[in-house]
Amino acid sequence: MTASVQAKHPETAAVPSAPAASERQWPDQVYDVLKAAGISHMSYVPDAGHTTLIRLFGADPEVVTNVLTTEEEGIAIAAGAWLGGKRSVVLMQSSGVGNCINMLSLPVHARFPLLVLVTMRGEWAEFNPWQVPMGQATEASLKAIGLRVLRAETGDDLVETVAQAAAMAFDADQQIAVLIGQRLLGKKKW
Amino acid sequence: MNLPTMDRRVAVKKLLDARAGTLVVTGLGSPSYDVHAAGDRSDNYYLWGAMGGAALIGLGLAQAQPEKRVMVITGDGEQLMAFGSLATISVARPKNLDLIILDNQHFGETGMQSSHTGRGIGFDKVAAACGFSETAELRSLEEVDTLCDELRRPAEGPRLFVLKITAENLPRSLPPRDAVEVKNRFRAHLGFATC
Ligand SMILES: Cc1ncc(C[n+]2csc(CCOP(=O)(O)OP(=O)(O)O)c2C)c(N)n1
Repeated sequence: MTASVQAKHPETAAVPSAPAASERQWPDQVYDVLKAAGISHMSYVPDAGHTTLIRLFGADPEVVTNVLTTEEEGIAIAAGAWLGGKRSVVLMQSSGVGNCINMLSLPVHARFPLLVLVTMRGEWAEFNPWQVPMGQATEASLKAIGLRVLRAETGDDLVETVAQAAAMAFDADQQIAVLIGQRLLGKKKW
Repeated sequence: MNLPTMDRRVAVKKLLDARAGTLVVTGLGSPSYDVHAAGDRSDNYYLWGAMGGAALIGLGLAQAQPEKRVMVITGDGEQLMAFGSLATISVARPKNLDLIILDNQHFGETGMQSSHTGRGIGFDKVAAACGFSETAELRSLEEVDTLCDELRRPAEGPRLFVLKITAENLPRSLPPRDAVEVKNRFRAHLGFATC
């Protein structure tokens, strides 16, 4: 058994495949551009908006995946992966950005390439008031600690944004968060 | 109850003398000084901050370099800030990652305030409960000698060893503060381009 196969988690295999509707296709395209950018390592705390990406990476034998207990773990893991020659991406929701702040001093100060995809909550048709404070503070917090912050509100824009963010992160040693607007993710269904 | 403890610098030197090609990551503060005092090398990655990051940097590195062994040397305080990392590492199940906790039962760097590990929290037990493949608590340099031999054997999964060290502040041996340089020379050691 290889390390990558061992790192798979049972829940990623159990998720049903994504619906085929055209507005649902951006996660598959984001996966494609991340693969094309040489990503072979991924860490995450789940969010509904990342479901398809988590499933695709989890099923990919070329990608090592880690489920985290808290989001800052992913920041340190990504730095370690880069030390060892792998390109990593970290997936989290906006509330998790607050968990990361001090750990981000590692990639910012040591200039580790960092690519974080953040699904936004608390900013568009949000029904849960507990999501609002951190959602509203996400971009300001990331900028305050020194990350470049990009944002996308449509699927096409997101795919293009992730592709160029990956280039900037790994070719230009930047620390970048791409915020995926809640408007794009749609209302959470109950 | 005063159980025996060991000299941290001597213990770390023993581990590093036996490291062969092992890549080393160190937690902020005294563990970084201990490793630096044993000799500065490009295959050491020292932290001066990012408290709670050492074991996880070790995990990412171990996953990226499955053919090499990775040893994380950190303090009880640093590891306490990453308690959940033991669950993450156990689930990831790297076979090439060893965590060495230099346990003085105190936050030494900040004025020797007592920590959880002097009050019943044993990282060897926590790691065993998480599913690490080997864990132990060591109290003497003779046991460290034995550990050096054991570490050469292949592992089934991540391993964690607690070294009960004497609570004292030794003279600092400061690693380079230029984190970009330390990162780049580490990558160059592995044959990777720097940016
Ligand atoms: C997030 C964060 N909180 C607090 C500190 C202050 N701090 C620096 S070292 C340290 C304790 C380190 O203790 P330990 O890892 O046991 O090392 P020792 O010096 O005891 O060997 C603390 C609390 C910090 N650097 N970062």
